Amino acid sequence: MNLQAVKSIYIFEMSRTFRTLLQSIVSPVLSTSLYFVVFGAAIGSRIQEVDGVSYGAFIVPGLIMLTVLTQATSNAAFGIYFPKFIGTIYELLSAPISFLEIVMGYVGAAATKALAIGLIILLTAAFFVDIQIAHPFWMLTFLVLTCVSFSLFGFILGIWAQNFEQLQLVPLLVITPLVFLGGSFYSISMLPPLWQNVTLFNPVVYLISGFRWSFYGTADVAIGLSITMIALFLAICLGIIWWIFKTGYRIKT
Amino acid sequence: MAPIVSINNLSKTYEGGHHALRDVSLDIEEGEILALLGPNGAGKTTLISIICGIVSPTGGTVTVGGHDVVDDYRHARTLIGLVPQEITLEPFEKVFRTVSFSRGLFGKPPNSQLISDVLEKLSLLDKKDSAINQLSGGMRRRVLIAKALSHEPRVLFLDEPTAGVDVELRKSMWSIVRDLKKNGVTIILTTHYIEEAEAIADRIGIISDGQLLLAEDKEALMGRLGRKQMRIDLQAPLDELPENLSNYELERAEDGTYLTYVYDTQADRTGITALLNDLGDAGIRIRDVQTQQSSLEQIFVDLVKETP
Ligand SMILES: Nc1ncnc2c1ncn2[C@@H]1O[C@H](COP(=O)(O)OP(=O)(O)OP(=O)(O)O)[C@@H](O)[C@H]1O
Ligand SMILES: [Mg+2]
Repeated sequence: MNLQAVKSIYIFEMSRTFRTLLQSIVSPVLSTSLYFVVFGAAIGSRIQEVDGVSYGAFIVPGLIMLTVLTQATSNAAFGIYFPKFIGTIYELLSAPISFLEIVMGYVGAAATKALAIGLIILLTAAFFVDIQIAHPFWMLTFLVLTCVSFSLFGFILGIWAQNFEQLQLVPLLVITPLVFLGGSFYSISMLPPLWQNVTLFNPVVYLISGFRWSFYGTADVAIGLSITMIALFLAICLGIIWWIFKTGYRIKT
Repeated sequence: MAPIVSINNLSKTYEGGHHALRDVSLDIEEGEILALLGPNGAGKTTLISIICGIVSPTGGTVTVGGHDVVDDYRHARTLIGLVPQEITLEPFEKVFRTVSFSRGLFGKPPNSQLISDVLEKLSLLDKKDSAINQLSGGMRRRVLIAKALSHEPRVLFLDEPTAGVDVELRKSMWSIVRDLKKNGVTIILTTHYIEEAEAIADRIGIISDGQLLLAEDKEALMGRLGRKQMRIDLQAPLDELPENLSNYELERAEDGTYLTYVYDTQADRTGITALLNDLGDAGIRIRDVQTQQSSLEQIFVDLVKETP
């Protein structure tokens, strides 16, 4: 294992983040604050409580997930798309490193950044509402697993994408709707029965439900199911990545 | 001694069905400088890309330092440095950082002294904290070379290192290449400048349409090819060569209007003076004289023309 290379990629990618620190951190903080003003204060004042939690506090886990999913996906996608696009990928391909090490470096950096943003949003939220974390260990586990699996997903996206439109379209057209419809801002039980069933096909429901459980102890779906679904998603992404590197799909002619 | 790079029956067919390489075999000795010449699209970059792991071969094998480049890629690639044909660098990255990154990728521990030395040698040290997009094209090409040298390769591939580089810089690159050779580094470079191959290569390989036409010692090749032709146009057509000219390598054109004389430029005496004197003695009057170099360039062009 060429750990030196993993470290180099990781540090190189992280330093890209620090160079664009302002847009990396300020924008999620700003958009979260806006969500609180709109949903928490303006609308939330009319909704009062969901599952025994104030609406403002209720949306915190969903908000964190919304940003973390989008950030993990687009960061990882961009991280590997960029060298492909400008041609510096030749260096990765000609270096004595395995695919696993490339993935560890890029996905590790993207997941770290998403995790940091998730925690920053949590802190920001704490300024607006009272937050309790019933199961801190599980909260972190959910967060880390989500960061890693969606960074893997983003990595796949970045390899697959052949232009910038494709790169941006997937987070915009797939991730955002899935998160919005995945119960970020409401409890699934508030939907009509038909839609409750449709929603169960949305993988993000399990994420948000599990994550919210780690805060308030209430969940839309069983917690075991949530964990199983994340593990499944992670396994599928790993499988696809293994296949990409085995066949050289879109990276090697 | 076993060759440092051994290419065996290598072929590559791209997805569209284009045969970029056809059954190429070549051994490269440790410490030599091999120049690969060939027209656009001949397959030079494809060959290098396969050895370096960027392109997968469709047939044949390559070993570097005895390690197969596919099965034992970690050992093989540790020995290899690559300077690609296209300038590909992250525009906002700083010179020093991007060069250090390359070293890390190759699994070598950080060594800022070594990186500084490499930059110094390439006259880039004063630019070490500049962003790539603030450098000129020639400087960027040197950054690519610095990246390749940062991990101390034993075999260095330079794909058209002097394309778009001014004369002075080209000379300085040649001297860097010679220095590397002195330290035992094996160098494979591609070029479209035949005088470049003449100036620095030990051996010259010619590729055309995916085939390796020849790979020969430069001196031997130059000896074989370093012949010149002189065409002597005559005032009046000549029916027959006079007696006193019979021991020259002279050929009479069919209509007798000119003579061609072939001579060896490497030889001490070309025989031109004597020939011209003897022509005068025989009463032959000369209208014009032209000479033509059958240089590496000529042979190169002839060879390439022959392949369909
Ligand atoms: N990725 C690719 N897919 C399909 N065909 C390719 C690809 N890369 C190169 N080729 C084709 O393979 C042939 C050899 O290309 P290559 O780049 O090896 O030539 P070259 O000798 O380096 O040429 P040049 O002197 O112009 O750099 C060309 O006909 C080219 O069109
Ligand atoms: Mg080329």
